[in-house]
Amino acid sequence: MSMMMSTFSATAPVLQHLFPDIEDWSELAQACLDTLLMLGGSLTLTVLFGLPLGVLLYLTGKGQLRAMPKLYGALSLTVNILRSPPFIILMIVLLPLTSLLVGTKLGIRGAIPPLVIGAVPFFARLVETAFREVEHGVIEASQAMGATTWQIVRHVLLPEARVGIWASVTVTAIALVGYTAMGGAIGAGGLGDLAYRYGYLSNKPDYMIVTVLLLIVLVQILQVIGDRIVGYYGRR
Amino acid sequence: MIRFVDVHKSYRVDGKDIPALHPFSLDISDGEVFGIIGHSGAGKSTLIRLINLLERPSGGRILLGDTELTALSEASLREQRRHIGMIFQHFNLLASQTVADNVAFPLRLAGAREPATIRARVDELLARVGLTEHADKYPSQLSGGQKQRVGIARALANRPSILLCDEATSALDPQTTASVLELLAEINRELKLTIVLITHEMDVVRRVCDRVAVLDAGRIVEHGAVADVFLHPQHATTRRFVNEALPEEVAGEQSLYQHVPGRILRLSFRGEATWSPTLGRVTRETGVDFNILAGRVDRIKDLPYGQLTLAMHGSGVDAALQALRQAGIEVEELAR
Ligand SMILES: Nc1ncnc2c1ncn2[C@@H]1O[C@H](COP(=O)(O)OP(=O)(O)O)[C@@H](O)[C@H]1O
Ligand SMILES: [Mg+2]
Repeated sequence: MSMMMSTFSATAPVLQHLFPDIEDWSELAQACLDTLLMLGGSLTLTVLFGLPLGVLLYLTGKGQLRAMPKLYGALSLTVNILRSPPFIILMIVLLPLTSLLVGTKLGIRGAIPPLVIGAVPFFARLVETAFREVEHGVIEASQAMGATTWQIVRHVLLPEARVGIWASVTVTAIALVGYTAMGGAIGAGGLGDLAYRYGYLSNKPDYMIVTVLLLIVLVQILQVIGDRIVGYYGRR
Repeated sequence: MIRFVDVHKSYRVDGKDIPALHPFSLDISDGEVFGIIGHSGAGKSTLIRLINLLERPSGGRILLGDTELTALSEASLREQRRHIGMIFQHFNLLASQTVADNVAFPLRLAGAREPATIRARVDELLARVGLTEHADKYPSQLSGGQKQRVGIARALANRPSILLCDEATSALDPQTTASVLELLAEINRELKLTIVLITHEMDVVRRVCDRVAVLDAGRIVEHGAVADVFLHPQHATTRRFVNEALPEEVAGEQSLYQHVPGRILRLSFRGEATWSPTLGRVTRETGVDFNILAGRVDRIKDLPYGQLTLAMHGSGVDAALQALRQAGIEVEELAR
């Protein structure tokens, strides 16, 4: 952080000249950090909950290893319901649950539950699709070798689908960047909050421009990292 | 011994039971190479998948030795499956794993943990299938024949007593097919394991199988020793398969000889008879004349055989036929 701050102060005269509206650059740096923390925290939790949910969706689906039409139907419906409202609405609807879970509706902590609840169904669907791409013959061969369902998940589905899973993580991370920015509007803090409060409410367009630029850079970095990982595994 | 007793299988499609295999009984002996030939959709895969219960029968019993497969619990079935290797038309290898890890996979599934032990067994298996140099490659870097060899090494890892091959050579070119079949025959000889092999090519059956069953629309229409079925096909479907493997003259396409004078005979030699000069001796002794219309000499697995289509002339033809039959040569007269 201090490095980031010093970079800001070193380039401060130029930036000051370019964006005269912005009075406090350290506030912007703090917002940047908040966004990264919200993103990191929510992405980690999303993968942690979404991956098992994706596995469950896949396994219980029609014609799959543990086909359970009723359970699949229920899970599928829940996932669809959570994916239906725009994120900002979902976040408002979840406010009571959020304060119950983390004791506050505000700040980074308050933002994490709705971010995770919004992203898990999205990510789980992507994981389910990635698993379905795994050739059925390979699963059948493993069954013929006497593999248990758990062994198939652990040693066949996860490694064979890892390209698709990393691609899903990348897409989810980028979607989460958008969600955090939206969350800013209702008190989550971060770049979205700055853009909304100063850029929109106080009519200082420089905040808007800088925020958008930073978000573009962030998305770009995430995409490049994701592509690298996918490329590494995809060569096989 | 693999034993099917009154087994049948239907698939439920749109609420209706569609029969894939009509009731049948069949015994496959230990150590033999048993072929199942049939057209696409005949029920071959369904039949072979009953042996490791990838498909459950709709009725009847399936026994491996004294074990009734259909009565096993999930856990005992998994244990049993470790003793049944299987290879596939499209190889079904793990694309994300190296050749060595693919072969080690069934060992790990069976609980092997010690890296040195696993490595030693993998090396041994790769040497058997001739892929020692390719241990660290990924499947996508191998040719079809090499992939199937990985499949074979993987199937043999837990020292199975049965090897199931579902169209294992159907995706391979003729030369690669020959070398993979050679490997299967060698494995059968040296490891004494039972091989059940599915194919739609009679030539595959002729090269490696001891016995064969012909499957047509879910029914076994003919089965027996390959030489019998191959040289004297009874059912129309069998005849079509046999004829695909033979030039049509040898197959006895009868209309071809409509205008040829003399009596048209087909002689089949098997085993030692193939190499003895019987035809020369008999024609000399009976004073008949002949000309050869078509013929071939080949092997059915290790058994040499020959088939000759002749036009025979002279008053001694009947005597010649009798003498040939006495010498152990099968003679058919082709009607015109
Ligand atoms: N899982 C399944 N569900 C419904 N029908 C099936 C299924 N598997 C096979 N069949 C049908 O059973 C018949 C035999 O199929 P199969 O055993 O795969 O034949 P083969 O291997 O000889 O081509 C075919 O008519 C096929 O459509
Ligand atoms: Mg088939």
